[in-house]
Amino acid sequence: MVTPPPIRTANSTSLQHMSNDSRLKVLDATMKRHQYQQDALIEILHKAQELFGYLGNDLLLYIAYHLKLPPSHVYGVATFYHLFSLTPKGIHRCVVCIGTACYVKGAAALLSAVEQCAQIHPGETTADDQLSFSTARCLGACGIAPAVVFDGNVCGHQTPELVCDRLQTFLAQR
Amino acid sequence: MTVKTLTINDQLISAREAETILQAAQEAGIQIPTLCYLAGVSEVGACRLCLVEISGSHKLQPACVTKVAEGMVIQTNSERLQNYRRMIIEMLFAEGNHVCSVCVSNGHCELQNLAVEMGMDHVRLEYQFPHRTVDVSHDRFGIDHNRCVLCTRCVRVCDELEGVHTWDVAGRGAKSHVITDLNQPWGTSSTCTACGKCVAACPTGALFDQGSTVGEMVHDRARIEFIVNARQKRQWQL
Amino acid sequence: MDFPELLAIANQERQSQKAIRIRCCVAAGCLSSNSLVVKERLEIAVTEAGLVDCVKVSGVGCMRLCCQGPLVQVDDSTQSEGVGILYKAVTPDHAPAIVSTLQSLAAPESPYLQQADLRHPFFTQQQAIVLENSGIIDPERIESYIAAEGYHALHHVLREMSSNQVINEIMRSGLRGRGGAGYPTGLKWATVAKAMSPQGEALRTANHKFVVCNADEGDPGAFMDRSILESDPHRVLEGMAIAAYAIGASQGYIYIRAEYPLAIQRLQIAIHQAQKLGLLGSRVFDSPFDFRIDLRMGAGAYVCGEETALMASIEGKRGIPSPRPPYPAERGLWGFPTLINNVETFANVPPIIRKGADWYASIGTEKSKGTKVFALAGKIRNTGLIEVPMGTTIRQIVEEMGGGVSAGGVAKAVQTGGPSGGCIPASAFDTPVDYESLTQLGSIMGSGGMIVMDQSTRMVDVAHYFMEFCRDESCGKCIPCRVGTVQLYQLLSKIREGKATPADLDLLEELCDMVKYTSLCGLGQSAPNPVLSTLRYFRNEYEALMMNSNES
Repeated sequence: MVTPPPIRTANSTSLQHMSNDSRLKVLDATMKRHQYQQDALIEILHKAQELFGYLGNDLLLYIAYHLKLPPSHVYGVATFYHLFSLTPKGIHRCVVCIGTACYVKGAAALLSAVEQCAQIHPGETTADDQLSFSTARCLGACGIAPAVVFDGNVCGHQTPELVCDRLQTFLAQR
Repeated sequence: MTVKTLTINDQLISAREAETILQAAQEAGIQIPTLCYLAGVSEVGACRLCLVEISGSHKLQPACVTKVAEGMVIQTNSERLQNYRRMIIEMLFAEGNHVCSVCVSNGHCELQNLAVEMGMDHVRLEYQFPHRTVDVSHDRFGIDHNRCVLCTRCVRVCDELEGVHTWDVAGRGAKSHVITDLNQPWGTSSTCTACGKCVAACPTGALFDQGSTVGEMVHDRARIEFIVNARQKRQWQL
Repeated sequence: MDFPELLAIANQERQSQKAIRIRCCVAAGCLSSNSLVVKERLEIAVTEAGLVDCVKVSGVGCMRLCCQGPLVQVDDSTQSEGVGILYKAVTPDHAPAIVSTLQSLAAPESPYLQQADLRHPFFTQQQAIVLENSGIIDPERIESYIAAEGYHALHHVLREMSSNQVINEIMRSGLRGRGGAGYPTGLKWATVAKAMSPQGEALRTANHKFVVCNADEGDPGAFMDRSILESDPHRVLEGMAIAAYAIGASQGYIYIRAEYPLAIQRLQIAIHQAQKLGLLGSRVFDSPFDFRIDLRMGAGAYVCGEETALMASIEGKRGIPSPRPPYPAERGLWGFPTLINNVETFANVPPIIRKGADWYASIGTEKSKGTKVFALAGKIRNTGLIEVPMGTTIRQIVEEMGGGVSAGGVAKAVQTGGPSGGCIPASAFDTPVDYESLTQLGSIMGSGGMIVMDQSTRMVDVAHYFMEFCRDESCGKCIPCRVGTVQLYQLLSKIREGKATPADLDLLEELCDMVKYTSLCGLGQSAPNPVLSTLRYFRNEYEALMMNSNES
């Protein structure tokens, strides 16, 4: 069962508990730069996620209010696109590319290496919030396949051993 | 206004210029099956049941959005189309959890009628048995996602007729589902006007009026007991 | 900005060149192998060696041989040889050695430095039109592009040609859409140019038509567009501006996938630079022509490469396709006529204007003109980017240029067109690459990904892989694609696990046919292609996996 978000009318005070948050000011500036155009929703969601790490219900409602969009529309857009996350992510990220070139060159072995090493499946985050694991459909780095992205850095010619070593350094920080 | 003449199923008919094939066919008494189409709201061409064959085009076209043209020769019910349509219905039955016998819409369900019409007597595809929820948090209505076919008729009537856009679709692909506001219980929606248009638009039993479900059909045995006592013991124990 | 000013910038840029040029690849592939540090170390080494006056280190775009990065090319204009030296797999520690070879006349071979053979067919059989500046100019400096005759074509068009003449020139060149379907570009332009904006609708802005560049390169295994945008972004802007002039648009959008941060960054820089010089914005080249370009980012949805879904996404909605007709050319963004072309298509436009339609039409085959950029990847020795004339055979590409299968294997098939394409068996490698030939083989040209598979690749696995992709990327709007891809995926899993019967195989084929002909958009319509093409050429592999009916 879905936990109901706090019931409130969509108004600017809905984010009061973090209204002093400087990140919100950056978000406001971004929306202003886009002149609160409804068609800039995806750009604004990108910015919001970049600032807050994920798109919580409060944040979605805040954006919906300022762009004068129905909440269901904003939620629908946020859940349609793969890159938007409605739940918090771990401190470190590991993205295994499963594009065709990487697949042909052994991405499946890398996937199971991560699964074994971190004990999580794609789309999940470790219980201690150290690591989020996901897959990508081609990063365009086919020349150096198989590729894995660690915390935003694309690394090519990966092997299960290399991946595990790298993950150990992340997980050791717990 | 220009009038176009065209041939549907070997029958020569005329139609107004701006009409769709579906409208022209309906006026001529030719039935083309539909599911996502709902007169009065925009067409989305999503269910693909109204696909027809047009001579000279190798692509099948949805009758609900394709405009008529002079000299068009259309087949609406070829064996190939019948097979495709039956498969579409099979797909819907395999995708959700459609159990007619306990459904509020049993006997007046568009999906059920289509299955009968297509002669779909069994499903060859793998049943998905998805885990879906039922939301009866609204005072007057309920939604059973098990029976939703994602036609988006509710989304469109809510947006285009009522104008409040409470409904939308979230997720994508097989994980698509209709939502109210921020995917919250319908009863907590701050935009819903409880107008009931979505319930009226739903082709299946997914959206329903409270009190109409099988589960709510509670037999009040205490009532009988009261009468029996009153009659036999002459005691009125309310 | 007028033409003499443009020429002055070009001249100044050329004069600032030094006798020896060291080019270091800073496109995404090499960048992830630390090429930025290589570049910095090269600069330090040049300074330390006191060669600043005659050696210039610059960051450039893709130099093709991505598997061997980082790549560093050294050109010495004082040497008469013409062909420079291309170092591969360069590490930061190699920098001093590379610089020291410049000083000694004998240029002793350092044992640590590896050179790529620039006389290998991988390089010699390429014909660079789209990639003519790639690996040569600095993608972050507009002067570098202008020195390579950049924005000359735009100026020529604005001053010397009517919009009809531009369209006719593109029409005569025979250029076809490089996004995959191969629709004649000139014809598309002509349609949008003739389309009327809807009357009486509330106008959002003064724009009545739009130009959209589709940079949502989603096919796994394809990275041509990324490379073009990272290596030569101004070329795409110039192509879009010429298109805008031809069809009468004043607003353009580039829809780019968020997975390409470097390309986004370079495009932002390029747009800013072009605006500053008055090559974009209002009154371009002091003519009455106004043209603005805005970036729109995707957010991870393959289906947004489909043009109606792409437009929905630009409008800030769920990227869901809608039925065509109406085509975007008549009713596109916000209901206005919209021209949508792919990155590579726009990148072909400036050279066509500069060198003429006849020159372009002389390259390629009868029906497919010009060149095509392919991203060569998979089990092949030389992975990277190639640009070859249309009509080059697959064998030439795979065996000669690609150097054959890596690790001594034997090529089994080539996958083209991504999830919408098919597998071409080794027996058909003599087929020339053009739109029609590939379609006949049950595949498609697609955007240009070419993935080589060797004997160890099981074709049912490949079909399974692509069906999983389509299942995950289906938008869920139409029933055949939403449910069909799930069912096909499950059937393929069953076959793969040896649990299927011949009846399942029949159902698989029936479903493929149904999904192909009843789905709403290109994603669903082409989702069965990988299954159908592997069934066509490798049916035995499917049959070998059938559950023995006696056993059950």
